[in-house]
Amino acid sequence: MKPRATARGFVAMSVCGGTILASRPYYSVRPTGANMLIRRPPDILSSEITDEALYVSRRRFIELAGGIGATIAAGGALTTLAGCVNGEAASSSEEEQGVEDKLTPYEDVTTYNNFYEFGTGKAEPARNARAFRTRPWTVRIDGLVAKPADYHLEDFLRPHTAEERVYRLRCVEGWSMVIPWLGIPLKDVLARAEPLPSAKYVEMTTLLDPAQMPGQRSRILPWPYVEGLRMDEAMHPLSILATGLYGKELPNQNGAPLRLVVPWKYGFKSVKSIVRFRLTEAEPPTTWNVVAPNEYGFYANVNPTVDHPRWSQARERRIGEFRRRETLMFNGYADQVARLYTGLDLRRYF
Amino acid sequence: MDTTGPPQGKPRRRGANRLIKPAIFLAALLPFAFLAWDAAKGDLGANPIEEVEHRTGRWALYFLLITLAVSPIRRLGGWNAVIRLRRMLGLFAFFYATLHVSAFIGLDMFFDWGDIVADVIERPWITIGMLSWLLLVPLAITSTKGWIRRLGGRRWNLLHRLAYVAASGGTIHYYLAVKQDVSRPVLFGAILVLLLGVRIAWRFADAMKAR
Repeated sequence: MKPRATARGFVAMSVCGGTILASRPYYSVRPTGANMLIRRPPDILSSEITDEALYVSRRRFIELAGGIGATIAAGGALTTLAGCVNGEAASSSEEEQGVEDKLTPYEDVTTYNNFYEFGTGKAEPARNARAFRTRPWTVRIDGLVAKPADYHLEDFLRPHTAEERVYRLRCVEGWSMVIPWLGIPLKDVLARAEPLPSAKYVEMTTLLDPAQMPGQRSRILPWPYVEGLRMDEAMHPLSILATGLYGKELPNQNGAPLRLVVPWKYGFKSVKSIVRFRLTEAEPPTTWNVVAPNEYGFYANVNPTVDHPRWSQARERRIGEFRRRETLMFNGYADQVARLYTGLDLRRYF
Repeated sequence: MDTTGPPQGKPRRRGANRLIKPAIFLAALLPFAFLAWDAAKGDLGANPIEEVEHRTGRWALYFLLITLAVSPIRRLGGWNAVIRLRRMLGLFAFFYATLHVSAFIGLDMFFDWGDIVADVIERPWITIGMLSWLLLVPLAITSTKGWIRRLGGRRWNLLHRLAYVAASGGTIHYYLAVKQDVSRPVLFGAILVLLLGVRIAWRFADAMKAR
């Protein structure tokens, strides 16, 4: 199947003459549910991650076969056009500013994590989450829905199609990554529970299990970790529930088996190891906001013009790069999400 | 040797003591050696610049606290020879603090002076950290025998009390820098309070005795 290139991606490809297109084998995937099709969704433009059209990522459709526990993956290819620059953008000044978006290496994505349930050090989650049991796993959807239910994770995922989404991730601490997630749209999950008209917010909760999560034995944060989105944010096509990354099952330290990814918000919004979705009328109390309301807002939209009280948010260090780069409004997803916030004072509702 | 302390240890202990100093010198270089080794191997993790900053900052504070522990150890343990290590330990604190500041300026900010100045002015934790380092500069400069002579023991001692301020500032800087888990900076602070507290207590006790 041909990659569906966007106009922008096409320009970049033609500039490079197709000669720099590098193909590499896809990773084997252990399906989290029954037969799942992984495909690149039509509504995600490559321009979302290629701010200056310097990077193009294309993946073929992959069909997965096999039941639970099987590790069968059909072929597929990731074609990465990294480092492809057109004449204009190749100028050293832009290169120095690092406007290019390359995938962050798997090693970095899986060893540099903020997941306080498994320790506050960046390397701790990878060490401490090794034995974390993600099966069996139960997910509850309740609150203001017509069909509240408890699901086995497999049943929860079964009706949905896992898609690959390459997203920038910007941490509130000032670093960022580019991660190829596998996930399902959050909106589809919520739609299945049939939200009532009165539902204005969705609250998402991490597993509470101090026996397995050593960090929960100390009171660094009030456990369990809770995050939330406004319904329109949750229903936005960019919001996904990730079940994997780099074509593999989601590593425990990255929030297995199910985590939120909202790429235009700071990373702490993307709650990990979710066990519960609760739809509410009132804004849910969210963990970091409760702990330090002057430092972490409910919205937490990436915004280079609103500083953290203790540090600037104007720039970020992309993991793997030396020079810091400019942080983009809404993490570069302004075209897709800015309309959600028309009329909202982003300085007040940071 | 240090002219400010009480008499040195007895001559017959000197042989062993002569070995202690170079041994501690080499040991104090180990964190730097490990850092260089890890950097050469690319083993500083996903965010190497942050790792360099964290390690050098922590070691600067470790050495500040160790240096401040010298006087209490001497008084409590009666081990007078330890005072000869104080200057070296203090200079190692300055060494790691300087590496820390250099990493911030040269690696993290990459000599972006506009942003550096803005950060130092606008971010209290960076302001405090930078001031703490600046306070160490005159202490390092006047650490030589010549400067002790020139200033005279009394004035020199007074000047070097800035180490208390620098250590306090460094600890506050650490406390403000961490996101949420303040357990380590609080531990550092507790040790610092203890080290400064015994000085005040002893000073008070000595004053009482003198009366």
